[in-house]
Amino acid sequence: MSKAKVKTFENFWERNKASGGYLLKKRLMTYGISFVRFILLFGMCFMILQPILNKISVSFMTEQDLYNPIVISIPEHFTTENYKLAAELMNYKKAIVNSFVISLTIAIVQIAVCTLVGYGFARFDFPLKKFWFICVILVILIPPQTISSSLHLHFKFFDILGLIKLIRGDTINLRGSIIPYYLLSLGCMGLKNGLYIYMIRQFFRNIPSDMEEAAYVDGCGTLKTFVQIMLPEAKPIITSCFLFAFVWQWTDGFYAKMFMSGTTLVSTSLARIVDSLGAFIQRITGVKTTISIAYSNCILATGTLMIIVPLIILYLFAQRQFVESISSTGIKM
Amino acid sequence: MMKKNAKKLAGLQKRKAIAGYLFISPFIIGFLAFMVKPFFQSLYMSFCDVQLGSSVFEPIWQGITNYKFAFTVDPEYTRLLVEEITRMMIYSLAIMVFSFFVALILNQEFKGRALVRAVFFLPVILSSGVILGLESDNQLMATLAQQIETTTSNISITDALEQVLTTAGVGTRAFEEVFEIIDNIYDVAIASGIQIIIFLSGLQTISKSMYEAAEIEGCTKWESLWKITFPMISSLFLVNWIYTVIDFCMRSDNGVIEKIQKVMIDQMNYGLASAMSWVYFLIVLAFVGITSGIISKGVYYYE
Repeated sequence: MSKAKVKTFENFWERNKASGGYLLKKRLMTYGISFVRFILLFGMCFMILQPILNKISVSFMTEQDLYNPIVISIPEHFTTENYKLAAELMNYKKAIVNSFVISLTIAIVQIAVCTLVGYGFARFDFPLKKFWFICVILVILIPPQTISSSLHLHFKFFDILGLIKLIRGDTINLRGSIIPYYLLSLGCMGLKNGLYIYMIRQFFRNIPSDMEEAAYVDGCGTLKTFVQIMLPEAKPIITSCFLFAFVWQWTDGFYAKMFMSGTTLVSTSLARIVDSLGAFIQRITGVKTTISIAYSNCILATGTLMIIVPLIILYLFAQRQFVESISSTGIKM
Repeated sequence: MMKKNAKKLAGLQKRKAIAGYLFISPFIIGFLAFMVKPFFQSLYMSFCDVQLGSSVFEPIWQGITNYKFAFTVDPEYTRLLVEEITRMMIYSLAIMVFSFFVALILNQEFKGRALVRAVFFLPVILSSGVILGLESDNQLMATLAQQIETTTSNISITDALEQVLTTAGVGTRAFEEVFEIIDNIYDVAIASGIQIIIFLSGLQTISKSMYEAAEIEGCTKWESLWKITFPMISSLFLVNWIYTVIDFCMRSDNGVIEKIQKVMIDQMNYGLASAMSWVYFLIVLAFVGITSGIISKGVYYYE
């Protein structure tokens, strides 16, 4: 075995000599490039992962460890108290169930509607199609904050063409309930829905129309063709849009704050966790005290970890679906 | 009903048009009810003083007072607006360069490529919504970073370089911006997940034979980057640019957005909030329109 090794080694120098030093130079270049590439990528990956790793180590520390300058990443007094406290402050069990149910139902509604609309844009010719598609682009472009003030009022004094006022004598105040957000989702105006429509349309456009035409020729109706022929084809894009809708809804603070202020959700309760900690300590000690920055941040880190753990698990299993859909849609404008 | 052939064809087309409208009808209804109406209402409200009663609200027309107030009286708004717009331009450029660079690296063959790709995409999932806002005002990390900076001020590479370059007197302003970006590379990295994937998918569609032909003709790697790679994925620059700018201007840790939220929810001043968001929206729209117009002139379509 060693003989063979030596032989190839000799061979390499011989070959190098024969090539006039070119082979050595080239080999060194290849190693050099892959070494530099490794350093660069390792550094950047570490930069992205570091905050998460840091949070994990901080979340197991006691308050004492936070101030100890010797303790940097491995806690001296290992504790899980932070998790218990954060769970209590965020009302974790209730919040996670609420968030799960709402994100799931909202994602289903949004993606179902967006698939219909995307299919309509991709496969049918109708008057004013260009105009409506420009409207989709506009929906992507208009920040929801621009219209949020009037949406606020719209749902505070909710009415459908004056019908409700006619029946009940007054408008309904839908603020604080979840219904407005479902209505928005049904109308494709939820979080980033314009983007989903755009992605799904791109995908449908790239499917060859042969199968569809064959189905029509065989006497299959429009709806049946859509459900039985096109939907199975579009499974990858629908799954990934669904995943995005779920994840973004999970972490969303804007719509949650606007429409669901009455419901405990992980995103809103995480945003409030530092204030809840203050209130909690005040209740225990009876004195209004300011909590140290270090400790409140420790609890914040723990809370953040607790709400992103489900997302990380989801990402571990569905990483391909997340990434590949984007690469299949972004290519053609 | 339709006996003639031509009529039948027209009927089929008509039916398809109706089916198309049925498919997109949720969007049309939603757009009219939840976008167009609030859109014009908020435009109208921006010219009004909105009085909020217990069961009814009435806007009182008062002309451009809100706009005047936002620009001349409000101490923060103009400053925040200028700050955010400049930040948006600089960071969007940095994100484009960074994501293109990373996509070029990831397009090469090496072990663990899928893993690295997964890591770069992770921030799209994790740093969205509320988490991003909390991340940016994490005081513990900020004080820690400050402490490190003060104790090691002479050791930092960027600082040392910055000092050398500024004393050498090379265009200081531009360098400051570059150094600011390098110092905040984390922000750039976590905002460029989707852009990297889009660039990467574009790079993978370029056929290898093109590079081979160029290499045989004596083209260096550097030349083929500019003459083949760049034109072939130039359309993706447009897509990515628009996505980056919009993503940036809608982030929840954006100063202007925070200001608008504060005015609307805490001060209950709907008129002023609408005026502020309209100004912001129009500026962003103009910016996107002008820049994408410029970029689309340079886009090369292969087919």
